[in-house]
Amino acid sequence: MNDGSNLLPLIASLPFIGALVPGLMIRAGRNACATFTAVPTVLALVCLGLLAPAVLRGETLQAEIAWLPQLGLSVSFFLDGLGLLFAGMILGVGLLITLYARFYLSGDDPMGQFYTYLLLFQGAMLGIVISDNILLLLIFWELTSLSSFLLIGYWKHLPEGRQGARMALAVTGAGGLAMIGGMLILGNIVGSYNLTDILSQGDAIRASEWYMPALILILIGAFTKSAQFPFHFWLPHAMAAPTPVSAYLHSATMVKAGVFLMARMWPVLAGTDAWFYIVSITGMITMVLGALIALFKDDLKALLAFSTVSHLGLLTMLLGFGTKTAAIAAVFHIINHLTFKAALFMTAGIVDHETHTRDIKRLGGLRHLMPITALIGTVAALSMAGIPLFNGFLSKEMMLEEAAHTEWFRNPWIVPALATLGALLSVAYSLRFIFHVFAGPVRDDYPHKPHDPPFGMWASPALLVVLVVLIGLLPHLAEPVVTMAANAVTGQDLHPHLKIWHGVTPALFMSIAAVAGGAILLAMHRPLDRLWLTTPRPEAKTIFDALYGALAGLSRAATDGLHNGAISRYLAIFVSATVVLGYFAFTSGTMTPPTRELLPIPLVAAVGWLLLIVATALVVINHRNRFRALILIGIIGLMVSSGFVYLSAPDLALTQISVETVTIMLLLLALYFMPKSTPNESGASLRLRDGIIAVAAGAAVAALAMAFMMRDLSSISGFHLANSYTGGGGTNVVNVILVDFRGYDTYGEIIVLGIAGLTIFALMEALLRGPAGSRLKARPVPPDRSRDRHPLMMVVATRAMLPIAVMVGIYIFLRGHNQPGGGFVAGLVISIALLMQYMASGFAWTQSRQRIEYHSMIGWGVVIAGLTGAGAWLAGKPFLTSAYGYIHWPPIEEFEWATAMSFDLGVFLTVLGAVMLMLYSLSRIARYAGETVNIEPMDYDPSLRVADSKQEEE
Amino acid sequence: MEIVVASSVGVLTAGGVYLILRLRAFPVILGLALLSYAVNVFLFATGRLAINAPPVLSKYGDATYTDPLPQALVLTAIVISFGMTAVLVMIALGAYLEADHDRIDMTGPNAPDTDKKETGA
Repeated sequence: MNDGSNLLPLIASLPFIGALVPGLMIRAGRNACATFTAVPTVLALVCLGLLAPAVLRGETLQAEIAWLPQLGLSVSFFLDGLGLLFAGMILGVGLLITLYARFYLSGDDPMGQFYTYLLLFQGAMLGIVISDNILLLLIFWELTSLSSFLLIGYWKHLPEGRQGARMALAVTGAGGLAMIGGMLILGNIVGSYNLTDILSQGDAIRASEWYMPALILILIGAFTKSAQFPFHFWLPHAMAAPTPVSAYLHSATMVKAGVFLMARMWPVLAGTDAWFYIVSITGMITMVLGALIALFKDDLKALLAFSTVSHLGLLTMLLGFGTKTAAIAAVFHIINHLTFKAALFMTAGIVDHETHTRDIKRLGGLRHLMPITALIGTVAALSMAGIPLFNGFLSKEMMLEEAAHTEWFRNPWIVPALATLGALLSVAYSLRFIFHVFAGPVRDDYPHKPHDPPFGMWASPALLVVLVVLIGLLPHLAEPVVTMAANAVTGQDLHPHLKIWHGVTPALFMSIAAVAGGAILLAMHRPLDRLWLTTPRPEAKTIFDALYGALAGLSRAATDGLHNGAISRYLAIFVSATVVLGYFAFTSGTMTPPTRELLPIPLVAAVGWLLLIVATALVVINHRNRFRALILIGIIGLMVSSGFVYLSAPDLALTQISVETVTIMLLLLALYFMPKSTPNESGASLRLRDGIIAVAAGAAVAALAMAFMMRDLSSISGFHLANSYTGGGGTNVVNVILVDFRGYDTYGEIIVLGIAGLTIFALMEALLRGPAGSRLKARPVPPDRSRDRHPLMMVVATRAMLPIAVMVGIYIFLRGHNQPGGGFVAGLVISIALLMQYMASGFAWTQSRQRIEYHSMIGWGVVIAGLTGAGAWLAGKPFLTSAYGYIHWPPIEEFEWATAMSFDLGVFLTVLGAVMLMLYSLSRIARYAGETVNIEPMDYDPSLRVADSKQEEE
Repeated sequence: MEIVVASSVGVLTAGGVYLILRLRAFPVILGLALLSYAVNVFLFATGRLAINAPPVLSKYGDATYTDPLPQALVLTAIVISFGMTAVLVMIALGAYLEADHDRIDMTGPNAPDTDKKETGA
């Protein structure tokens, strides 16, 4: 079926792709930045528009990209009426906000950042409403918490902004965690994580004994997000955000996510007493409480914030009623609330922008100074109050009508009375918004002389207000959308009729009572306000802060107790825990009887073993004398290499012995700058403890090694042995594995090695610029320093050896594919040869004869290896497939050439570059520490020395 | 022979663990070097031991070969552990030059707070 549903993943990803752009585009100016933010939104809207006809016909579009089907994780999307309504709201209002923010934000604000956050948030919201897989939905859900954190805290310099962002993140994030639990339970009951599957299993879910935990966990998620009592307190604090953010988050998106989720889960979760009472009572409390607080807020945005809380309560209550007509009313009110609330927030933003205050007590009379804004604000506020001919009236009537028929605990009066009270308070604060801000005489003490803003700023709210009036006058225009979404919520075929006049119904009387009561309340606002201010009431922020502080203190105490800065302590805990866990695994598992026989121990192996054991013991005993310990480490490395030779691993032996050499040189160089001995700081008991841990760990590892060496194992190595020559063209299987079978691993490994080299170089650069640099310069020259730092014998010997060593390196490199050797070993051998030059002839002398930068050698190595791998693409093979052939080149014998060799060349160059860069970095420190720079390879000409001594004798 | 390898791995591990539990950077680096040997030999031994059977294919008929895969893994492990040691040495050296001591624990007199006081005084 090709119904365009493959557009869905595109719609979901457009904002995320778009989010990359504004951050970069800001250099091109603010208009370009805003335009490039609008582009992905418009594109997504166009895609949505293409899909809309099908959804309006009642179809559900689905698109799925399987990702980890075994875990039930797939990137799957679906679009039904509810999703389409929300997606349209998110994108449409997003577009209006983009325009509004362009004019609202000042030149000092980093606008590119703002638009990037906005698009991230938009993408996350869009993901929630069109996800089919609930795990995917949860990811988007958490993304909204994170991206709203960035948006709310956008003004980083304001402490309120930071606190508000943190509070929003803590509350909604915690709710999100609860929701994950609830969703996983649902998925377990149904046996599928696909929303479409879950939605069809409502009866099974309601009958399950896990229904209650799932319901409560999911509701906690929805209530925190939608700021329902008692989690309502984060929303007003989030008002510290710039107004475009508030207008977006608190009208169309963030807080509606909770409502969306309840609507989405309505067919599955609603219809039980638990749902009815929990959801409708929470909604009712939130609605009345929010409206009451809103009436007494002097900050314009705080008033709107609490009115939002109240309206969200209304929506929650309607969904809680669980009837189809209530669901229709909820869907309709979602649309209406969006239109007037977004317009009101933007109006508040304009007022703030123009007068530089949002304090209602300092405002009034603005209708003369900014008539357009006043008109927009008045129409929107009247709609919020529920005055006829505006859209807010219609859905409020439907709500009151529903409330009139709802009983709580068999009492028919509570719900209608409380609903009327909520409506009454709503009228009061809406009228206050109009009368205390726009009406009244013009004042002369505004912080800033206001006037109407440029068109771009009022265009967005004006458009929304046009919708307010249009729906208010011609409600049947909204009918198709409401029908579509309500059908999706209830899962049934409904035919709602939206009209202005419903006849003389209880709702009409409730409405009249609300308007009249609201007007009276506003008239009495001054004395009531005084009463409100003197009445003590619990402050949610203080409670939250105390709770937050207590939790933070608890976790800090736990962290500090365990994590006290002593690395040796962590390591002791780590090793002991590993040994204990390993012991349990060892004793509780089952072991097959040994299948292999022990190999004989020849005398030479016994001697090597003895050397290794004694050297290790001596390293431990002598570790305070650092120089001696280093020499002893060399013996161990030598014995390990010999062991590799004896046990059929020539490649390992070669690598080990060359690495050994380089490591010891490196440590010797480092030791030059460090204390030559370690003081005895640990007491006898500590040493005993460490000794016990060490012996236990050693015994455990030895036992484990012994256990598996006695048993056979089937592995994939047979494949490598069989295909090494025919597939990889080499007889040295280890090398073929490195450059061919596991070439990708090797490629990664040389990159890591290159990064290590560059890290060391960067560390050294940073170090020398810091206080360590000056400390090094002030370092006294050790008194026992050799006067003959570049001995003649060594200089001559290393020069004679250089060409030989290079030849050996090339030989090892070339034979690598068929005989022990290869790029790794060759790189190490050549670096040892070069290091000898540095040591014998001095740093500066050698450095001035070195033409190739080590950095670029690393880079070229990685590039050559990568290009060789990519070359396989030209032959239509996967990355790093090698090819080989035989070349006959008289008079030389026929020889083999494989692409693996140029890969190995990359390995060689990277190893050489990295090793040299590391040692070069250390030697630079030496030079910094006042080491004299030698121009001549030897400190003095031996012949001059003779002359000198003669002079001294004289 | 197995006993020789297993006991060597055990002794190297024991020595390495004892040294990484010391309080100064240099013995810890030495300890990590010992642990690297132990881990490399351990990984190598997972291919089981064989004598005179290097995984280099013979042109002259059938021969037995030891398991090449652990060897390839260990080969890169040796090189990478060199890189790791080098970075560690550089960090330890840097820490020593900056702080004028090479203690690794941040408790007692080395706690970050007291350090600040010392530099302030």
